[in-house]
Amino acid sequence: MTAVAAKAPKPRKRRKLGYDNIAGILLSLPALLLLILFVVIPFVTAFYLSLFNVRMGSSHAPVFLGFEQYRRILFDPETSGTFYHSLLNNFVFALIVVPLQTGLAIALAIMLNQKLKGIAFFRTFFFLPVVFPMSLVVVIWTLFFSRDDFGMFNSILSAVSGGAIGPIDWIGEPAIALTSIAIMSIWAGVGFQMVIVLAGLQEIPTELYEAASIDKAGKWLQFVHITLPSLRNTLVFVVMVTTIFSLRLFDQVYLLTSGGPLDSTSTVMFQAVTLAFQEGNVGASSAMTVVFVLIIICLTLVQRLLLRQEKEIK
Amino acid sequence: MSRKTKTIKKTLSYFFISLATLIFVAPVAYLFIGSLKPNDEVLAGLAGFIPEHLSFKNYGKVFKTFDSEATGYFWNFYLTSIFVSSVVVIGGLIVNSMIAYALARLRWHGRNLVLGLVVLLVILPFEAIAVPLFDLLTDYRNTYFVQYIPFVASAFSVFLFYTFFIGLPSEIQESARLDGAGPFRVFLQIVIPMSKPVFASVTILTFLAAWNSFLFPLMMVDSGDVRPLPLAMSVFYQQQQKEWGTIFAFGVLLVLPVMIVFLAFQRFFIQSVASSAVKG
Repeated sequence: MTAVAAKAPKPRKRRKLGYDNIAGILLSLPALLLLILFVVIPFVTAFYLSLFNVRMGSSHAPVFLGFEQYRRILFDPETSGTFYHSLLNNFVFALIVVPLQTGLAIALAIMLNQKLKGIAFFRTFFFLPVVFPMSLVVVIWTLFFSRDDFGMFNSILSAVSGGAIGPIDWIGEPAIALTSIAIMSIWAGVGFQMVIVLAGLQEIPTELYEAASIDKAGKWLQFVHITLPSLRNTLVFVVMVTTIFSLRLFDQVYLLTSGGPLDSTSTVMFQAVTLAFQEGNVGASSAMTVVFVLIIICLTLVQRLLLRQEKEIK
Repeated sequence: MSRKTKTIKKTLSYFFISLATLIFVAPVAYLFIGSLKPNDEVLAGLAGFIPEHLSFKNYGKVFKTFDSEATGYFWNFYLTSIFVSSVVVIGGLIVNSMIAYALARLRWHGRNLVLGLVVLLVILPFEAIAVPLFDLLTDYRNTYFVQYIPFVASAFSVFLFYTFFIGLPSEIQESARLDGAGPFRVFLQIVIPMSKPVFASVTILTFLAAWNSFLFPLMMVDSGDVRPLPLAMSVFYQQQQKEWGTIFAFGVLLVLPVMIVFLAFQRFFIQSVASSAVKG
């Protein structure tokens, strides 16, 4: 794509290229400067800070440590525990959210893709939570998760079981707190995915389904042999975005549980922010950030690889 | 299929869709009903859905609570959010579409390098630079400036514009160039009018991200004068004696304008989200 674009405007005269050259640089300059100042430089700074013992508000000159911060995070048995624990939480969270949210998004998209009157009206409701800020989502769900009898989920449980199941502490119990956050996140985010899958569904030619019906393939066979393969690229995209979003998890944790109970909902980003702002340890926080970015880059490369394979098959 | 089975199937479809919708919007309904109920009747399990003893008292309370220098003024949270989001959206549309056009349609020195940089930056999440950004911008804490400036240029928006511009037919642009129109004129008079869908998409996606922005304001703002709405919500929630009705009223005031905008332009919202899944 890039190569074609470069050749596209074939300049007839040399003078024209000179003009384009100036125009191209001028048009790019504002965005380029902003990106360098506020994205590239901070990231380079993160790497630089990670090599020093930098403390927030400290008057001591930073001491150069080399890769000591990385060693502490990754290899020192005394200090690496929190990091691995948080990373594990990220992955467990992804393991819950990615299949559930993607599956739900597919189910909802198929349900809302039926040719029925007023279907657009229903679609609206599933997308609605996307416009809710996370700080508000958390407030509503705090009452759903409330550990006393008046919490919504406990009230439903007790109504359904006739009072046999006692109240559960949805976000105070280390074993289920992360799952609770996951369910809330799915509610807040599934509409976004649903819309993307819906767009993918609408691109599948209806002839494929008609041919399958003539061959007497049932709905399930059609789903497995037509819908899923046609959605492959859409689903790779959705899965990758959801995975990366799971690794970035911060707002929900900060607002709902502050990483607790017993670090059971702590995540890498939550640790990085806590290290910097609560312990003032900017160096360690930056090192964690750099590791975090490397993980994201690896995941993105895997995605590229999956998409490329698809192109080769075609 | 007979007409009768068709009708039954349709009714069943509607039934399941309605049921799923009801479950899904329950938290939203709970928010709106709760905002109108007395504080001690909100956290009441399933009874929280029963609309009784309704009044607008909680809304009055919200405005009364945020009516001094110390707490910040409620309308000021709104203005902050509107102002910051507007600058991010409008500034972003201008600078990001400009660079995308230069990358897609012009030949200049360093073009491939810049394109590579943009593609690389698309995958860099904001969280990765939040802490050093705090370090670098610490002198600008508690300003509007610090809340919008890092978000105006966005590699993701550039990428969306770029893929759209590449897909535009180039014949009209080229013949205009041959007739002597410069690149700026082609961009303003030919490319922009042809690109309304991508401008709409970027506007909506940028607006949603800017309006809901939380982590960065949390780091940079601790004064009531420049606090954006989502942060104000969380501060209010944490300080409060858990007067749920009042908190919910705050929540409704926070989300209602966006909900109205969303309902009015939902077709565009849904299209832009669908188009954000650009082909890898």
